[in-house]
Amino acid sequence: MSEQLATLKSRWAEQPEVVRRYALPAGAIVLAVLYPFYVDLLPGFPVTSIAVVMLVFTMMALGLNIVVGYAGLLDLGYVAFYAAGAYIAAWLASLHFEDISFHFGAVGVADDAPGIHISVWLVLIIAGLFTTVVGILIGLPTLRLRGDYLAIVTLGFGEIIPQFVRNADEAGIGFDLTHGTFGINPIDSIGFGETLGAVGLPDVYRTSSSRAELFYWTALALLLFTVFCSIRLRDSRLGRAWIAIREDETAAAAMGVPLMRTKTWSYAMGAFFGGIAGAFYAVYKSGAFPADFYFQFSVFLLCMVILGGMGSVWGVIVGALILSWLDRAGLAELGKEFGDLVGREIDVPKYAFGIYGGIIVVMMLVRPTGLIPESRHKIEMEEGVHDTPLYDVQHEGPGTGRIRGDG
Amino acid sequence: MADDLLVAERVRKEFGGLVATNDIDFAIPRGSIVALIGPNGAGKTTFFNMLTGVYTPTSGRILFDGEEIAGKPPHAIVERGIGRTFQNIRLFQQMTAMENVLVGMHSRLSAGIVGSILGLPRVKREESGANERARELLVYCGLPKRHEHLAGSLPYGDQRRLEVARALATDPKLLLLDEPTAGMNPQETADFTSFVRRIRDEKDLTVLLIEHDMKVVMGVSERITVLEYGEKIAEGTPAEIRANERVIEAYLGRGAAA
Repeated sequence: MSEQLATLKSRWAEQPEVVRRYALPAGAIVLAVLYPFYVDLLPGFPVTSIAVVMLVFTMMALGLNIVVGYAGLLDLGYVAFYAAGAYIAAWLASLHFEDISFHFGAVGVADDAPGIHISVWLVLIIAGLFTTVVGILIGLPTLRLRGDYLAIVTLGFGEIIPQFVRNADEAGIGFDLTHGTFGINPIDSIGFGETLGAVGLPDVYRTSSSRAELFYWTALALLLFTVFCSIRLRDSRLGRAWIAIREDETAAAAMGVPLMRTKTWSYAMGAFFGGIAGAFYAVYKSGAFPADFYFQFSVFLLCMVILGGMGSVWGVIVGALILSWLDRAGLAELGKEFGDLVGREIDVPKYAFGIYGGIIVVMMLVRPTGLIPESRHKIEMEEGVHDTPLYDVQHEGPGTGRIRGDG
Repeated sequence: MADDLLVAERVRKEFGGLVATNDIDFAIPRGSIVALIGPNGAGKTTFFNMLTGVYTPTSGRILFDGEEIAGKPPHAIVERGIGRTFQNIRLFQQMTAMENVLVGMHSRLSAGIVGSILGLPRVKREESGANERARELLVYCGLPKRHEHLAGSLPYGDQRRLEVARALATDPKLLLLDEPTAGMNPQETADFTSFVRRIRDEKDLTVLLIEHDMKVVMGVSERITVLEYGEKIAEGTPAEIRANERVIEAYLGRGAAA
C-alpha cells in the first residue's frame, strides 16, 4: 500500500510543472461546476439551494482573509460590508424608493413599476465599489491603531452600521432609508433579459425552473473571481507588503512600505468582495433584513478563516464550506441523527455558537495554523524556525568538524 | 558644506522631562563611513530613529541631500534614499529570504492593484526584473543559496547579511547600520567590517553606523561622533577620538583619563 503511494508520488513529481500546478484546481472547478447534476446521488450532501449560500459565505470569508489573513488586521466588524452591499442591492433594485421611477436594464420588472431598478449585474459592481469606499472611510480613522485596539474599534463599526440600518426609517431619521427592522424586500432578480434570453441564456433567474442551479453557477463564478484575485494579490507587490506588515509593522515601514495606504488597501479589497457577496446574497434572498447583520456573523466569518488557516486561500475555502454547511444544514442533520441515537429530540442548531467555539478551541490546540496552513507555515513546519543551535553546537558540533567562519 | 549628504542642525528630542538628544549638530560627508558611538543611554538610537522617521525631533532640522526630512513618515524617508538595519534583527520571519528583499524594493516598484490582478505585461516584467535583482543582491551580500528558505530559519550570521541585503534593496544613498556586529564572533565581525567597506566602495554609498565594538569602529570609520547623556562630546578621526580625554572619561571613568 505505502509502496503504491510512493510510486504514485514519484509519478506525480515527474509530471510537468503546468500539470502539477493546475491539475488539482482544475479538477476541483469541474467537480464544483457539475455539482447540481450529481448532488442527488450523494446522500448527506447539501442541496443546490443551500450550496448557493455556502458559496456566498465562502466569498465573504475570502474577503475577510485579505484583511485578517494577509495583512494581519483583526477585523471584528466585517458584517458592516455585508450590510452595505445588501442595502445597495435593496436601494438600487427594488420598489423601495417609490417616489422615483428609474429603470436601467432590470429584468423581470414591470416597465411602469415605481422605485429604482438597475440591472443586478451593475448593482453587484456598484455594491463592490460602494463598499470599497465605505472600507476606506472606516479604515482611514481606525487603521492608525494596532492589534487589540483596532479589533475593538472595528467591533464598534460592526455594531454601528447594523444599528443604523435598524433605525434609519421615518421614525428614526425622518426619511425612510432602510425601512427599519422590517428590511427591504422584494429585491429584483438577476438575469440576462429578453434579448440575451432569446439566444438561450436565462432571462430571469427567479422565475426559471432551474432557479437554484442558476444562482449556484453565478455564485460559483463570483467565488472563482474572488479566488483568482486573492491569489494574484497575494503574490503581488501589494500582497508582500501586507504580509510584511503582518510580520513586523515597524520593519515594514522602515523598508519603505507606507503603512496607512497599504493597510487601507487591504481593508478596501476585503470590503470590495464582502460588498459584492452581500449584494448577491440579498438578491438571492430577495431582501435585506437587519436581523442578518449581527456581530455573531462577523465572528462566524472569522471562525471560517481561523479554522481553514489564516492567509491560506484553499484553507479558508475549506473552512468556510465546512462551517457554512454546519450552519445551514449540517447541525440540524447531525442533531437529528444524534437525537435518534440517544432517543431524545435535541435542537442542536440552538447550540451552534457553542459548537463553533468548541471547534476553534480544538483547532487551536491540535492544529493552530488551520486545516490547510498557508504555504509559508508549511515550510516552517518542515524546516523549523528560530531554533538556531547554540554557538558551539552550530559551529563545532559533531559531523561538521570545521569552523563555519572560513566557508 | 556642499558635499555633506546629511546635515543635522541643533536636533533635540525630549521625552517628557528627559532630554534624549540635546541640540546635536551632526554632518555626514558624502561617500564616507561615519560612526556614532557612546555609552548605553547616550541617545544614539534616539538619534537614529529621528533620521529614519520613527521619531519627530522636538526641535531642530535634519537635511538629507538638501531636503528637510525631520517629521516625515518612515516610508517617505526610505523613498528619498535612507535604508537601515535593526539592532535586534527584525526580518519578516515568515517570509522567504527572497521575499524579504523584495519587500525592501517596495518603494522602487510601481505595480498597483488592478495591474497585479490582471497580470499586465508591465507588471510581469517589473516582477521578474525585481526577482533577478533580489537574487543578485542576496548573492552579493554573501547568501548564495537558500533564497527560498524562511528568513527565521536562517543562521544568525546569515540573518544579519539578509538584513543588509534588504536595506540595500531600498536603493539607499545613505545606509544606517544599527550595531551590525552585535552577537557576531571575531571572524564574522572581521568579515563584516570588510564587507561594509566593500559596499561603500562598490555601491557608491555613505554609511552611518552605531557600534559598540571599538575594534570595528576604529577599523572601519573615517569619522567618529561620540555622544554622552544626549550631548555630543567629541567628533573627529579615529586617532583623534582615541586620544580625546572626554571620550576616555566617558568610557572608562574619570580616573582613567587622568
